[in-house]
Amino acid sequence: MSDLIALCSVDAVSEDAALQVGHDGRDYAVYLYDGQYYVTADLCTHGPGFMSDGFIEGCEVECPFHQGKFNFITGAPTAAPCTEPLRVWPVTVQDGQIWIDPNTGTVEGAT
Amino acid sequence: MTGVVIIGGGQAGGRAIEALRGNGFAGAVTLIASERHLPYERPPLSKEMLLDPASTKIDWVRPAEWYAAHGVECRLGVSAVSIDRAGKHVALSDGTTTGYDTLILATGASPRPLNIPGGDHPACLAVRTLEDAARLRPFMVAGKRIAVIGAGFIGLECAAAARGHGADVMVLERAPRVLARGVPTRISDLYAGLHRAKGVDLRLGVELLRIDGPDDAPMLHLADGRAISADVVVVGIGVIPEDGLAASAGLTVNGGIVVDEYGRTSDPAIWAAGDVTRHFNPLLGQSLRLESWQNAQNQAIAVARNIAGIETVYAEVPWFWSDQYGINMQITGIAGDDTHEVVRGDLDGFAGLLLQISGDRLVAAVGLNAVRDLRFAKQIIQLGGAVSAAELADPAVKLADVAKRMKG
Repeated sequence: MSDLIALCSVDAVSEDAALQVGHDGRDYAVYLYDGQYYVTADLCTHGPGFMSDGFIEGCEVECPFHQGKFNFITGAPTAAPCTEPLRVWPVTVQDGQIWIDPNTGTVEGAT
Repeated sequence: MTGVVIIGGGQAGGRAIEALRGNGFAGAVTLIASERHLPYERPPLSKEMLLDPASTKIDWVRPAEWYAAHGVECRLGVSAVSIDRAGKHVALSDGTTTGYDTLILATGASPRPLNIPGGDHPACLAVRTLEDAARLRPFMVAGKRIAVIGAGFIGLECAAAARGHGADVMVLERAPRVLARGVPTRISDLYAGLHRAKGVDLRLGVELLRIDGPDDAPMLHLADGRAISADVVVVGIGVIPEDGLAASAGLTVNGGIVVDEYGRTSDPAIWAAGDVTRHFNPLLGQSLRLESWQNAQNQAIAVARNIAGIETVYAEVPWFWSDQYGINMQITGIAGDDTHEVVRGDLDGFAGLLLQISGDRLVAAVGLNAVRDLRFAKQIIQLGGAVSAAELADPAVKLADVAKRMKG
């Protein structure tokens, strides 16, 4: 557990929008969907848009910059122009906080 | 060679190819592109490429390896000269021909020429290609004098980038306001004020008569007798759809290639996408020709899906953006002449929305540094826009909640 960091309180996250959390020079986006919490990189892989400014529909987030989309559970790009996946981190919920290990994030679903 | 032939290597052509392969089309795919580059995204030409002139970054739709790996033949630096619809082949500028089963016309639009004496002065350039942006980049320094003809999005983005580097910028516009074709007067006035506050010498309602002078020192002569010297002249007075090839082939053309909501032309073997099309949008119940990144990308994807056998109607609320001085403007919807306006947030402080209402419907919106709310406005328009002006004007009402309610 020593590598885990607390990003935010679960109460701070809503289903309507991803929450931006900065930690150690990196911006994360924290999502709530169907009772589960998810964390991705906040910065789009295509342009300088932030997922935390984006538009949530189901388990997809639409970047506000070019309206490309990602599945925020897997990080996979789901709509053009995005082709590179978002990095995602496994989430641990404990003591009302959302925890991740910054070193374990993965990218998958590349096309 | 048969299969699908795409004429035009811009955003629309590139996205059509990507979506053909992405949706399972396994036949031959050939790209005919007059530019010597694979498809790339054009928005950075007047933004990032000028803001950071040292950057070598190019936003390719897909890297070269992708085309090779996906069996796409790319014939670059070659343009289509004519289409033989009966014989289903295209004559190319290099003297060869290529056959097709299905043709996609993604020929885009070309900068409108400056139709005055000296309008083709060597110091004049449009900003449409990588080469154009590369030519303009060296002028992005203090001491250079940049004359911009036309206060549209391209011209103002170039002006903003140039001021950011300390260059002297003059913008000449014939109309009485900036961005007259794209935004309501209130936004025009805000942007005119912004550019002036940033040191742009903005002249509205002026007529440029001619350009003369040495190649590297153009002189611009105005109708009021003034003469202005510059180092380079950016011409941003709109674009003209490249529909000549289609018209010559006898396809229906009306200020753009006429296509239906699927992207079909009047010939069932020929489709079209992007800036060049006048397309029927069933969501809005009208035919439109749009010069936008969204339209180039998503109409092309719809066409590719239809060709791949997945019936897809292209019906989106139009959406567009511009970046100037770090302020992100987004526009969505189509405003008629009879709209009244509701403001949300601090519009004058470049952090708010201007909503345009026609009757009892939200039809269009402009957002300044308000990406999230603008996106909800777009969704409300998409859902029919039936929402009262009073509700839209109420700061206690969240657009997200209105959209959620309408979605049901």
